[in-house]
Amino acid sequence: MQTKSLKKQNKELADAQRQLEILSNGIFSDKELPTFAKKIEETGQFPLRPKKLEILQINLGYMCNQVCEHCHVDAGPDRKEIMTKETMLQCLEVIKNTNATTLDLTGGAPEMNPNFRWFVNEASKAGIKDFIVRSNLTIIRANKKYYDLPEFFKKYNIHVVSSMPHWTRGKTDKQRGSGVFDKSIKALQDLNAQGYGLPNSKLKLDLVYNPSGAFLPGDQVSMERDFKNALLEDFGIQFHNLFTITNLPVSRFLDYLIASDNYEDYMYSLVDAYNPSAVENVMCTNTISVSWDGYLYDCDFNQMLKLKVASSVKHISEYNEEVLNNRTIIISQHCYGCTAGAGSSCQGTVIPTEAGIS
Amino acid sequence: MADNTYYDPKDLRKFGKITEWNEELGTKFFDYYGKVFEEGALTAREKSLIALAVSHVVKCPYCIDAYTKDGLEKGITKEEMMEAVHVGAAIESGATLVHGVQMMNKYDKLSM
Repeated sequence: MQTKSLKKQNKELADAQRQLEILSNGIFSDKELPTFAKKIEETGQFPLRPKKLEILQINLGYMCNQVCEHCHVDAGPDRKEIMTKETMLQCLEVIKNTNATTLDLTGGAPEMNPNFRWFVNEASKAGIKDFIVRSNLTIIRANKKYYDLPEFFKKYNIHVVSSMPHWTRGKTDKQRGSGVFDKSIKALQDLNAQGYGLPNSKLKLDLVYNPSGAFLPGDQVSMERDFKNALLEDFGIQFHNLFTITNLPVSRFLDYLIASDNYEDYMYSLVDAYNPSAVENVMCTNTISVSWDGYLYDCDFNQMLKLKVASSVKHISEYNEEVLNNRTIIISQHCYGCTAGAGSSCQGTVIPTEAGIS
Repeated sequence: MADNTYYDPKDLRKFGKITEWNEELGTKFFDYYGKVFEEGALTAREKSLIALAVSHVVKCPYCIDAYTKDGLEKGITKEEMMEAVHVGAAIESGATLVHGVQMMNKYDKLSM
């Protein structure tokens, strides 16, 4: 299990440019596999353009209490990139005026930003319909100062979206670190105790599943059924929806794929599972991603690859939704991760899954 | 065959190409195959475990790769996978051992 980020280790793949080179070379440069641009061109979907903005996703920083093996952010305790209050104030101006209906806070562990609670309090005043915090669960049990997070989330009617790689201890701890499973279970019980995730409760608690290895997620409906049965039976835990998310070949997951000699097979799996219907609803078409330093991206993955939006507006300080909506979305081969099977986004699959088709 | 081996894991990616030399039968096979693995009276998960056990019995390395990955995708645990392999192995060894009765019958018939 890693304890340091790729950046801290000075690993080759900490460099976004190097990652982009890998994603464009080898099997994609010798035409063994089609590039993503070529693939969407075949179905008349190139260039990829935004639709109506629905989600404003803000990354409050890359610091995290965990160092997960699949993390596309390369987050960890050693990452010092944290959104300042000044940038938060610029974000708040945008939040007050945006047409987006969902505000989505992510990280790292967003709760580790020292101004997190202040920011949530201020942002909640804008009255955005769906206010999401992506919590890794263990942060709630990491330190006494976070123990009251479930109550805090409840106070602001936050929609909690939490990662849970498996309903068994072994698989969870292998991906996320020793002890993560037990802490996650306790955190989920704390959230349930506040009313989160209970049937008919307005306090929304959704779980995110991403595969712990070089394979694609299975059918979201079946996985949700298995998760619900196991967590209820073993721990009395309830939650609303399970989102299955495909791991994209970016940062630590790309590093893992190459080190374990799974890269080519994984890219083949993604390309084979390419689904043109998923392209229609892929999340970059309704999302703007804001980085810790206020720059704007088509999605969180492009943020990690340092691919800023192709627009005259590049920073939150100069935000203009109309201008941004006229942009073309920047793509590379990592995008196959969002169009495989039933598709993948921060809200899970993007088209209804067909029973039995994986 | 460049590496002088009968099995190349990369050949699994080319499985669909069998249709190129006989489109009608290839297409019928893949349609049938896809239909078999859909959710039915058995869940897709149960079918995946059966497929994994059979893969071992027929000793098909491509099938073992494919259904180990399929099992992971469906959230099947390694304990479940290994039990499925034992089910296949038990039937296979049982099929060998039950012929022991034939041997005993023949032995008895030939012996005074």
